[in-house]
Amino acid sequence: MSNHISSSAPTIISNKRSFSFATLRELWQYRDLIRVFVYRDLVSIYKQTVLGPFWFVIQPIITTLTFTIIFEKVAKLPTEGIPSMLFYMSGIIFWSYFAECLTKISNTFVQNANLFSKVYFPRLVVPISQIISNFIKFSIQFGLFTILYLFMFPGSERASTYNALNLLLLPVVLFAFALLSFSLGLIVSSITIKYRDVAFLIQFGIQLLMYGSAVIYPITTVPEKYRIFIELNPLTGIFETVRFTLFGTPMPDLWVLLYSVGFTLISTLFAISLFSKVEKNSMDIV
Amino acid sequence: MTKRVLEVNHLSKAYKLGLINTGSLVNDLGEYYRRLTKRGYNAGQIELSAKAKPAEESKKKYHQALNDVSFTLNEGDVLGVIGKNGAGKSTLLKILSRVTTPTSGEVRIYGRLASLLEVGTGFHPELTGRENVFMNGAILGMRKAEITKKFDEIIAFSGVGQYIDTPVKRYSSGMYVRLAFAVASHLEPEILIVDEVLAVGDSAFQKKCLDRMMEVSRSGRTVLFVSHNLSAVKQLCNRGLFLRSGTSIFEGDIDKALSLYYEDGVATDFSNPVRDIRPFARKECLGNLTISTITFNKASYMVGEPWEIEVRLENHQPNKAYKDLLLDFAIHDRYDNKLIHLTNIFLGADRLAFQPTDVYKFSIPSLDLSPDRYNLFMSLRANEEIEDWIGEPVQFDILESNNYGFSNSSLIRGMSQPKAKFQVIQNA
Repeated sequence: MSNHISSSAPTIISNKRSFSFATLRELWQYRDLIRVFVYRDLVSIYKQTVLGPFWFVIQPIITTLTFTIIFEKVAKLPTEGIPSMLFYMSGIIFWSYFAECLTKISNTFVQNANLFSKVYFPRLVVPISQIISNFIKFSIQFGLFTILYLFMFPGSERASTYNALNLLLLPVVLFAFALLSFSLGLIVSSITIKYRDVAFLIQFGIQLLMYGSAVIYPITTVPEKYRIFIELNPLTGIFETVRFTLFGTPMPDLWVLLYSVGFTLISTLFAISLFSKVEKNSMDIV
Repeated sequence: MTKRVLEVNHLSKAYKLGLINTGSLVNDLGEYYRRLTKRGYNAGQIELSAKAKPAEESKKKYHQALNDVSFTLNEGDVLGVIGKNGAGKSTLLKILSRVTTPTSGEVRIYGRLASLLEVGTGFHPELTGRENVFMNGAILGMRKAEITKKFDEIIAFSGVGQYIDTPVKRYSSGMYVRLAFAVASHLEPEILIVDEVLAVGDSAFQKKCLDRMMEVSRSGRTVLFVSHNLSAVKQLCNRGLFLRSGTSIFEGDIDKALSLYYEDGVATDFSNPVRDIRPFARKECLGNLTISTITFNKASYMVGEPWEIEVRLENHQPNKAYKDLLLDFAIHDRYDNKLIHLTNIFLGADRLAFQPTDVYKFSIPSLDLSPDRYNLFMSLRANEEIEDWIGEPVQFDILESNNYGFSNSSLIRGMSQPKAKFQVIQNA
């Protein structure tokens, strides 16, 4: 009986449960559940499809082509000397990592009501497994991007000034996206327990948010007097950093960076404390 | 020395009635702000929790689903939780399985607790049987190593062996349930919770569940059993917890708990064969035509005596005509088994129209049920609508006696004593 999830100390059920190190320990004990949820999320998507996991890369390829045609050829938006395909593809795959984590995590309670109302496990298992399964999906797409990058970037005008050490920032950027989508998702899912409206808001809001996040245009193309509104979006700083990391474009202003980091950290703390509070009685309401 | 495995201390749970919120986010935020400024922010108290609101909001109603319930279980105890619908049984289970939290009080669990209401929870239709075993096991709290170790055993127990690599959406519902149950029953918890909800399966499956429960309790582990099936409770449990409206009425010996539960039904004057049905609780009632009294032909019966009831109805809408009356009567034993079911339709009185002066009479020439207390349930339909449906039974007794003229009635078991004969056929 040593290998199941139990310990010599009693499990105490009371109203006082909230986030603590015990929660982290418990999450660690449930790591196998996180693993099977990740497996389920990845595998169940392409069951009974011909192309299977290729769907993970088909989607960004088609979107990249569409964006390149519309924004470069038709709208003639500048891409700061970055090959336009690379510019759009990097934006799309980082954006879809963020957006998919956010939408999936926002649905945590509503989507899993049936499961949550029958059996206990730390509820954070679900959002954490979403972060991980979407990261795996992202990695596949990033692999595709890397191939394209190696072909197209060395010959471009940015290549001469590019410093490969910038790539060291890549994990930091990814972590920022993960944390931001995780915290915003938790906040939204906590609110949707009671107010379903927020879920609808997220559904179309996320489409609009992309246009307000400097994903498909560099911040420098925004007229000076409107720039502040784009910069108040914490995603802008992170997307600008993505381009610094991959293509050596200028870093965003320091305050934009600090703002993004601060926003992410504060919303994470707020999200975890809110989520821990509402999860206790969520099944009485949802 | 017996080991304590479960402690429940002063457990209470209140649910808020009606709308969960004031209807709009703006109102709720306003109210939340008022609460913050007037009363100070109370840590741990949040808009979404089922807690009391300021006194000015006294219109809000709360339902006390559990009220100060305490008990303890030692290793090997089999506790039957009994009580009517709404007594708090499900709420207790939900708290114990940590699906929701109590409003106050606490539970201490020593060891692992598993509940058979989780059968098949989280099965993903697109995944294969094998994948689902691992996923379901992990959901129930098993580690991967543990599932791997027991995998062959689980498959053997489920009997779906050759289909284990087929997506479960292609399974028959029987295979699905068997596989799910196989996983759940290999959990080896210290405490097992079984809800009567598992009555969803066929009778063979139910029996399997009960057998598994017996096995678990015999192996010295603890079982908590919630059911309306009192015969199963009596058979399986050594201890009983009797709940009424969220309050623990009795906790201890199972026979005492059960007898208190029967007595708790309706306060009945058994010496009076005329029973006034008007004050009884209704499950459903249109309020037009109701059952007013039931008159038994005797105050109590001996085995095999003629049994008759006269039913009087009351019409609250004198101008209304009622046709197609359907008087539906059923005799249940104390374990809620339906023993006898009578309606006027079965007995040849089709298309019966209501006449204010009529009295309706059912009779059984010889009621061969064994001595016990019986529950009579009734409902009334007219014009193809339920007019009156009595929520609690009228009780009557069959006194210690038997149908065979035998000296010691208590030796005769069995629910019924039909007229019987024994013969020795010589030189056959």
